[in-house]
Amino acid sequence: MTALLDRQLLFVSGKGGTGKTSVSAALADLAVRQGKRTLVCEMDAKGALAAAFEVRQLGFQPTEVQSGLWAMVMNTEDSLKEYLRLFVRIPLVGRIGPLAHTFDFVADAAPGVKEILGIGKLCYEVRERHYDLVIVDAEASGHIIAQIDAPRAIRELVQVGMVRDQTDWMLEILDDATRTGLVVVTTPEEMPITETIELVNKVQSTTDVDVAAIVANRVLPQWFSAPDGEVFAALMEPAAQASLAAVAGPKVATVFQAAALAQARREGAVGYLDRLRDNVSPDVPLLLVPELFTRSGGRRVVSLLADALHEELG
Amino acid sequence: MARASDPRRELAELLSAKEMIVVCGSGGTGKTTIAAALGAQAAAVVGGRVLVLTVDPARRLATALGLGTTSLGNTAVKVPSAAFEAAGLECRGELWVAMLDTKSGWDELIRRHAPDAKLRDTVLANPLYRNITGRFVNSHDYLAMEQLYDLHAAGQYDLVVIDTPPSRNALDLLDAPGRMREFFGSRLLKWLTVPYRSRLFTIASKPFYQVADRILGSRFLQDIAEFFVLFQTMEAGFVARAKEVERLLTDDGTAFIVVSTLEAAPAREARFLADELHQRRMPLGALVLNRTLPAEVRQPAASKSATALADAADQPALLADLAATTGCDEAAIQHVLAEVAGRFRDVTVVAGREAERRRELEAVVPLTAVVPTMPADVHDLVGLLAIGQHLLGRGNR
Repeated sequence: MTALLDRQLLFVSGKGGTGKTSVSAALADLAVRQGKRTLVCEMDAKGALAAAFEVRQLGFQPTEVQSGLWAMVMNTEDSLKEYLRLFVRIPLVGRIGPLAHTFDFVADAAPGVKEILGIGKLCYEVRERHYDLVIVDAEASGHIIAQIDAPRAIRELVQVGMVRDQTDWMLEILDDATRTGLVVVTTPEEMPITETIELVNKVQSTTDVDVAAIVANRVLPQWFSAPDGEVFAALMEPAAQASLAAVAGPKVATVFQAAALAQARREGAVGYLDRLRDNVSPDVPLLLVPELFTRSGGRRVVSLLADALHEELG
Repeated sequence: MARASDPRRELAELLSAKEMIVVCGSGGTGKTTIAAALGAQAAAVVGGRVLVLTVDPARRLATALGLGTTSLGNTAVKVPSAAFEAAGLECRGELWVAMLDTKSGWDELIRRHAPDAKLRDTVLANPLYRNITGRFVNSHDYLAMEQLYDLHAAGQYDLVVIDTPPSRNALDLLDAPGRMREFFGSRLLKWLTVPYRSRLFTIASKPFYQVADRILGSRFLQDIAEFFVLFQTMEAGFVARAKEVERLLTDDGTAFIVVSTLEAAPAREARFLADELHQRRMPLGALVLNRTLPAEVRQPAASKSATALADAADQPALLADLAATTGCDEAAIQHVLAEVAGRFRDVTVVAGREAERRRELEAVVPLTAVVPTMPADVHDLVGLLAIGQHLLGRGNR
């Protein structure tokens, strides 16, 4: 199997709030450390990618956020303009009328139009080898299949014409596991794990896109081994708590509560990770990224995440 | 800044004064659980007939509400009052639950708006229709809104709580009726259907056709135009409905509740959502901050205790005392105490991050309610009611 970062196009998806953007940025950071010219693209323009790289704003035109690393946000209208300029050779897009307004309606109405413009731009960057690696901070799990499968859907619908011809080379890139992979980000909580299992199985059964890895993000550290857990439980009993409060103050109860909460979350997390392993194909590598206990955000967190991913990727 | 004196009471007032609560927020924040908890608590404490309309794909809600393996569908199911009694609370009202089924929903829409049976069947059989209803993501959103409207119009419930679909952005949901209305009135639709209404191409549409032909191929254009011609005959019905649904969203009887955790991404999304709701004149009733760490964690006294505990872990007298009390090995006790004390800082770091985000959010949203983190996920009515009590308080109003 081709190593994760040796591919040319990586889609990073997962349930909302699991850290897709941070993981995308961290994978990009790691790729750059390996000397790869990397483009990272945020599909839903929420501004999370700009925050991760601590830049004011990102646009459709890639910005070099650090040496060898470019970042952009997808905008389907800009993508359409670029497409018309490159392939249809219409230099003055304005001539076809109020494009923006019209385009919104077409994109909302015709299935797959928005998706194909987004994915078309990404595949184009891959095909032209403008970058060694393109990382896509993609749609959340609910919509990712519509996104990566858009070329096939379009091909089924459109019988002839330029668009149909172009779906061919897109599919060639997307269906090639040595070039393209999907990374699913999750957190060890009930709903994200359930969605991850559903997503991975659905991608494998309905598309030809390779699931390259699952990243379990924010995995809490283990506080105690099982025998130590019993000691902890015994220390939570009133008599022991009274002795502890006598030497460490009454708020020692809060300290223990916090530990109990963290321990319970950790145990829950372990259970969910087991369920994940049991329900997805063992061929898909599972990368564990620990919870980062840091006050900062932005580049520092991206770099720490990249360290953790580096360790997992070996 | 003026702060709500008692968020619980204000939230309870919101539930009794409003007819419709739309719960939105970014994915993974516990929207469904909060919607169900609000509904359960409203039914139990405020009373009346309450409906929770969910999109929870895991069907976990049915289990949590004691409906066993009943599979929820478009038809509302009543949660038995015995389930409340078993949870230790008398239910003053009734709690009903229903789930959105977007597929049959679309078919229903066509049946409703098609002027005659022949047209209806033509649309339903159209391959493009199948494809669009399967892939056109906004249909989820529009349907959620239509179903909400139906329920409201039927007047069977005193309060409807809707858990929004997992859309990329909750705003897609709110904009769906407007977009549907715009779409049916759009110039594009008229352009595409020109050849079918008249063989004369207008000067204005000709360049558009030339470009579209080259890009998409005339066959696809023809397919799509045929589909839209069918759809256009239903324009009046769709537009009128979409307007009504839009009106309902800005109505006095409707309030929005945004759910967020205090993690970075959901908190940013919540703030964005609050701004956008404001711009659309959609009334934001409250912000629910879910899974927050207990406030005591951040008290300096707690950190002092943790430091003292770290020191105490080396005191032989204490260790001996604890070994006698618990019957555990001294070395193991020492190790556990050191872990508990040493890692407390991690918890305070998280709590500190949360507090900062909470302050930022409270500055922009007038009413904020907090639900503490639970040791385990909520699996039953007892758990939902516990969350409900955090939100609204127990007792009568």
